[in-house]
Amino acid sequence: MSIMEYNGGSVIAMVGKNCVAIASDLRLGVQSLGIASNFQKIFPVTDRIFVGLPGLATDVTTLHEQFRYRVNMYTIKEEREIEPETFAALVSSTLYERRFGPYFIEPVIAGMQRTPSGSYKPFIAATDLIGCLNFAKDFVVAGTASDKLFGVAEGLWEEDLGPEDLFETISQTMLNAVDRDTNSGWGVVVHLLTKDKVITRTLKGRMD
Amino acid sequence: MDISFALTGKGYVIVAADTTAAHSIIKVKLDEDKIKTLSPHLLMAYTGEPGDTVQFAEYIERNIRLYQIRNIYALRPPSAASWIRRSLADSLRSRKPYSVNLLLGGYDTSTHTPHLYWIDYLGTLASVPFAAHGYGSYFALSLLDRYHDPEASLEEGLATLRRCIDEVSKRLIVSPGKYKVKVVDKDGVRELDF
Repeated sequence: MSIMEYNGGSVIAMVGKNCVAIASDLRLGVQSLGIASNFQKIFPVTDRIFVGLPGLATDVTTLHEQFRYRVNMYTIKEEREIEPETFAALVSSTLYERRFGPYFIEPVIAGMQRTPSGSYKPFIAATDLIGCLNFAKDFVVAGTASDKLFGVAEGLWEEDLGPEDLFETISQTMLNAVDRDTNSGWGVVVHLLTKDKVITRTLKGRMD
Repeated sequence: MDISFALTGKGYVIVAADTTAAHSIIKVKLDEDKIKTLSPHLLMAYTGEPGDTVQFAEYIERNIRLYQIRNIYALRPPSAASWIRRSLADSLRSRKPYSVNLLLGGYDTSTHTPHLYWIDYLGTLASVPFAAHGYGSYFALSLLDRYHDPEASLEEGLATLRRCIDEVSKRLIVSPGKYKVKVVDKDGVRELDF
């Protein structure tokens, strides 16, 4: 038994054309015993950044609170909102601070990054539990169903998907991957980000 | 191994815990109260390592009381839950962690909603309609999946709790004989004869 799989849960983020999406399941368990089907693992950071925190549930809450504190301090000191790339560096350094006694979380970051010309480009990243960053240009996965998510996403994802097509792709990837994982599932939540709005949808999934 | 259940209903939370204190295979006490009243509208059932449980529960009880004395108003259930969770999460990464599992039931007098939180010794916090700790959870959670109704009256809620307790008595080898049952609603906390 690995501590990373103790509570279960998975997160995925995907890039589309001028949009990004991030999705997670809603299960909280203690190994095979299900405790709650409303456990959020994805949290808003700013109006255009979301962070997903799959892993040990106690650290999901602890890190969420830690990131909220650090982002608030950044916003006050800099008098501006944090950018996704900067937030990814903050996540990385926060985790590496605990290099030899880590938080058991593998964060996934999704956001719309402001470019020097004033437009927005999609941004996704993931790190391991000690903060090693992985900037991908297609999709990133984490959690107990990560191996299944890789397989399905590899088959369904394509370049330049519009917001609605991206929503369909990430939803189907998530729903089908968690059905093959005993420790993930019990409903799915999807956040779709474009330059000017966020759409959050909760999907019904298999409850077994 | 001690057992505790809790369930929400229309404007109330029922919290129940067995009353046995055991040392390995010996029952040493049959009327132990494992549910603390933290504030006028907050209940906490605690189970886990003997010694740790009472020590931790009293620490929480006194600090929640101190907050109420300093600020006139008691912490509302979600805030109390966050603070208790943080205490356990900090303890987990200390030299000697508390191994205490909690069920926190409360009634929010400003929004008029019942709250129930499932908290384990790691500092995992879940807001749930019903919950259980210990061996009882393997029987009770599936029963509650079938019979729990968030709009149920207190009588119906107690009937559902009765089902859980009866099932544990029937199927669990080391089932406890007696339970203490407490309810929190708009009128505050009270103990029920069960």
